[in-house]
Amino acid sequence: MTALEPTTTPGSSAPGGLVKSVVELDRVVIRLAGDSGDGMQLTGNRFTSETASFGNDLSTLPNFPAEIRAPTGTLPGVSSFQLHFADHDIMTPGDAPDVLVAMNPAALKANLGDLPGGGLVIADSDEFTPRNLAKVGYATNPLEDGSLDGWQVVAVPLTSMTLEALADSGLGKKEAERSKNMFTLGLLSWMYHRPTEGTVRFLERQFRRKPGIAAANIAAFRAGYNYGETTEAFAVSYEIKPAPMPPGRYRNISGNQALALGLVAAGQRSGLPVFLGAYPITPASDILHELSRHKAFGVRTFQAEDEIAGIGAALGASFGGALGITTTSGPGVSLKSEALGLAVMTELPLVVVDVQRGGPSTGLPTKTEQSDLLQAMFGRNGEAPLPVIAPRSPGDCFDAALEAARIALKYRTPVMLLSDGYLANGAEPWAVPAVDELPDLRVEFATEPNGAAADGTPEFLPYLRDPETLARPWAVPGTAGMQHRIGGLEKADKSGNISYDPANHDLMTRLRQAKVDGIAADIPPTDVDDPDGDARVAVIGWGSTYGPIGAACRRIRRSGRSVAQIHLRHVNPMPADLGEVLGRYDRVVCPEMNMGQLALLLRAKYLVDVQSHTQVRGLPFRAAELAAVVQDVIDSTTPTASTGGTT
Amino acid sequence: MTTSPHVHDLGMPGTPIDARIQQAIADSVETQGEKQAALKAKDMKTDQEVRWCPGCGDYVILNAVQSFLPSLGIAREDMVIVSGIGCSSRFPYYMNTYGMHSIHGRAPAIATGLAASRPDLSVWVVTGDGDALSIGGNHLIHALRRNVDMTILLFNNRIYGLTKGQYSPTSEVGKVTKSTPMGSLDHPFNPVSLALGADATFVGRAMDSDRKGLTEVLRQAAEHRGTALVEIYQNCNIFNDGAFDLLKDPATGPTWTIPLRHGEPLVFGPDGASCVVRDEFGGLRVAETNQVDASEIVVHDATREDPSYAFALSRLSSQDLRYTPMGVFRSVSKPTYDRMMLDQLEEARTQGPGDLEALLAGTDTWTVSA
Ligand SMILES: Cc1ncc(C[n+]2csc(CCOP(=O)(O)OP(=O)(O)O)c2C)c(N)n1
Ligand code: SF4
Ligand SMILES: [Mg+2]
Repeated sequence: MTALEPTTTPGSSAPGGLVKSVVELDRVVIRLAGDSGDGMQLTGNRFTSETASFGNDLSTLPNFPAEIRAPTGTLPGVSSFQLHFADHDIMTPGDAPDVLVAMNPAALKANLGDLPGGGLVIADSDEFTPRNLAKVGYATNPLEDGSLDGWQVVAVPLTSMTLEALADSGLGKKEAERSKNMFTLGLLSWMYHRPTEGTVRFLERQFRRKPGIAAANIAAFRAGYNYGETTEAFAVSYEIKPAPMPPGRYRNISGNQALALGLVAAGQRSGLPVFLGAYPITPASDILHELSRHKAFGVRTFQAEDEIAGIGAALGASFGGALGITTTSGPGVSLKSEALGLAVMTELPLVVVDVQRGGPSTGLPTKTEQSDLLQAMFGRNGEAPLPVIAPRSPGDCFDAALEAARIALKYRTPVMLLSDGYLANGAEPWAVPAVDELPDLRVEFATEPNGAAADGTPEFLPYLRDPETLARPWAVPGTAGMQHRIGGLEKADKSGNISYDPANHDLMTRLRQAKVDGIAADIPPTDVDDPDGDARVAVIGWGSTYGPIGAACRRIRRSGRSVAQIHLRHVNPMPADLGEVLGRYDRVVCPEMNMGQLALLLRAKYLVDVQSHTQVRGLPFRAAELAAVVQDVIDSTTPTASTGGTT
Repeated sequence: MTTSPHVHDLGMPGTPIDARIQQAIADSVETQGEKQAALKAKDMKTDQEVRWCPGCGDYVILNAVQSFLPSLGIAREDMVIVSGIGCSSRFPYYMNTYGMHSIHGRAPAIATGLAASRPDLSVWVVTGDGDALSIGGNHLIHALRRNVDMTILLFNNRIYGLTKGQYSPTSEVGKVTKSTPMGSLDHPFNPVSLALGADATFVGRAMDSDRKGLTEVLRQAAEHRGTALVEIYQNCNIFNDGAFDLLKDPATGPTWTIPLRHGEPLVFGPDGASCVVRDEFGGLRVAETNQVDASEIVVHDATREDPSYAFALSRLSSQDLRYTPMGVFRSVSKPTYDRMMLDQLEEARTQGPGDLEALLAGTDTWTVSA
């Protein structure tokens, strides 16, 4: 699973006369693992930035515990960061690492199982003390007892070398030790020919007010790099050429960042002030943090007393003419249910972001899952339909946010945007879009009466719908002559007055449903990828499984089989042609990080015998495993009657 | 735009941030003429049939509010009434302003979002004792501490009206209702004490039937910048009739009511027989006027920065309403949340409005050329 046919180039000569060779790889998966306090996420992010600026395609998978600092050196305290980078376009953070950096015995123990035989382990030998070994139940030191014989192991005294490099820094031992992650980053930067200026600049910026710390980190980083160059422990370094990408300007972006920027852009493109009402919750809080920094764009952020107040305030702001937004994760959506019903009833625009995590209840706060789909679809009392949209990659969170805002504003409806922990924290290169090419989201506020009372005087009918979109007019408080009252009680058609009339309730329920269903005519047809054109098995997914499913399909095609990938960005309503598309295939497989929620919807709606493949490990699917599942389906599919004549 | 008397100048016309909204308002004025601020009580009424039980105290409050609001000189279009759920929360339907009848307990949260994003509006919340203090207790205290510019009218009938008569968080201990046949067990909230505990900048109390007193408290509440809470004792003649008779009855009312007038000594009762003095622990107590020196009688000061004086006033009354202060307990000036939020937005824009192109690009980009 490592490099396909490495080519060794003649060695370069390092200082000291050491001859080192350079091996060219097409892709590498590195996993950095250490204690929560070791700064693995920071190290991973820095390595990612270096890799992005070098021009590789990449995908990342941070994986950290819910506790801020579990006891040092224990298995629950292990935090890791996986980075897949390549000289070609890739879709996932990689099934398994090629290289594991283990900062202590716990990190080794927790991650070794994922490292295929022959993979490289780089371990900080200083941390493999009897005490640390005992903490995780190692009777003897695995670096020495031969138990790692199936892997390549390089034990490096990372801690003591860092201390040595910082001997003259004036820092105490404890403080100096903290820079060992930068030493490690330096070593990896040398190993993979990463540019280093970005990290130096980053450290200077980060520790602007603590020049001593900045200098120490930079010194450790350089020492790590130089160590790689001079040591005999590493005889080879690796080169991964930049990936060919469409021309343009790129940056590295995480899902939460992209989502927040998409919301700012939606405000700018609609000309409306953005109002975010939110209560902090992992893994959604970073969207609140990011938006709160963009006040210059007229973005108001309100940290509410709970999730109900968050959505309530956002809905109040929408009533006032703002683009109301609320961001949360699954437990917060549970609290918002009743207010979502009010938003459905009052038919006001609202974007509700659910960054899904493992559930139920508090579940797995820092891990990913797709298990809120049915909650998004149906988790309200009464018939309360609303559109559901899901981004497919970190960068796509930007476009999905704009699309959610577009639908919310055009159809005057709450829209659920389903991201997840994997998208939120994962990162990838992103082509920076041109502002004037972003969708135009301008809306018209109602400014004059649209009806007449019995005596002929003009009056405003807040529930008189646009015949095409079925959206109701949006007249904001302050507008002359348009005073009206809305609320959660059933509305009379057109006038919006309270009505308990049976026929009216039936009509209004159907109108609300028809409005949401009608959006199907305003979205692109089903996204089908079947390069061979003759696939008889399709794999359908939604949200963040796009990457793993895509990678699995590529594998299957490489094995000579045909397979179609169908991806749903609009989960409600689904594209108008989806039923017909599904009907083209003999078998449809639906992998999901839940117990089969989309499969349930597809079976119910299209009467298609969808085969659900599920996994809820808090981690994205592995492409190889998915490929095996789908391959089995392909190989067991016999030609159908329709291709073989009549029956 | 309307011209309003000085005290009601909301002071925050459209900012460039809200240009789109201001444009819509300007367009509407163009087609329909200036918004009228010289209004009468009848202009505040809607064509909706009022559906409270005959004799309900809510009618009296509605009439008082409809008569009072025009005196503010604010156009109907610039007023928004947000309510929760309950009999009292039907209020917005009967007011010819903008309005939202929302969900149980959440009106303060919804109004917060509206008021914080539209400081040019006059925002009112109408809520009940169950709505505000049970299901919505959390939103109420947070709205009060934030000091968003809005006025909350809490109709306290000490019962759940709409759900047909269960005891509420303001019902006295031992209340026998459908859900408490042997009497309720839990100790009630005193809404004024609760609000003061949340450091509310304006807290008042009035009686539904006392048009003059109610109007005066409403006037002061409307003039207040920040969150104002007005507790209105409201008779539910169906499920809790006569709950406030002790205070309403001319025979007993003067004995048990402590009228609060800023700058005046707290002397009350028939012939001014009772008064309020400091007690030995720094709180307040009721005394007989002829038993104390005139200098010992507390002179009411609603503007005290420290809420403990107003709190002590609120603690004079018992569950059965003996010694109930009526009027304005506290009225202090503090920056409002919406004003401060706008200031932050404006400060952030001192370098010019945001540059979306630059924001999307961030600090680290690389270019792939064709
Ligand atoms: C979420 C929710 N729970 C319960 C109810 C039922 N409910 C409606 S009004 C009410 C109590 C209202 O009491 P209060 O706020 O004192 O208003 P009043 O009717 O007395 O004016 C209750 C429990 C509801 N509408 N929504
Ligand atoms: S139940 Fe009570 S509060 Fe409700 S309308 Fe009737 S009298 Fe008024
Ligand atoms: Mg009540």
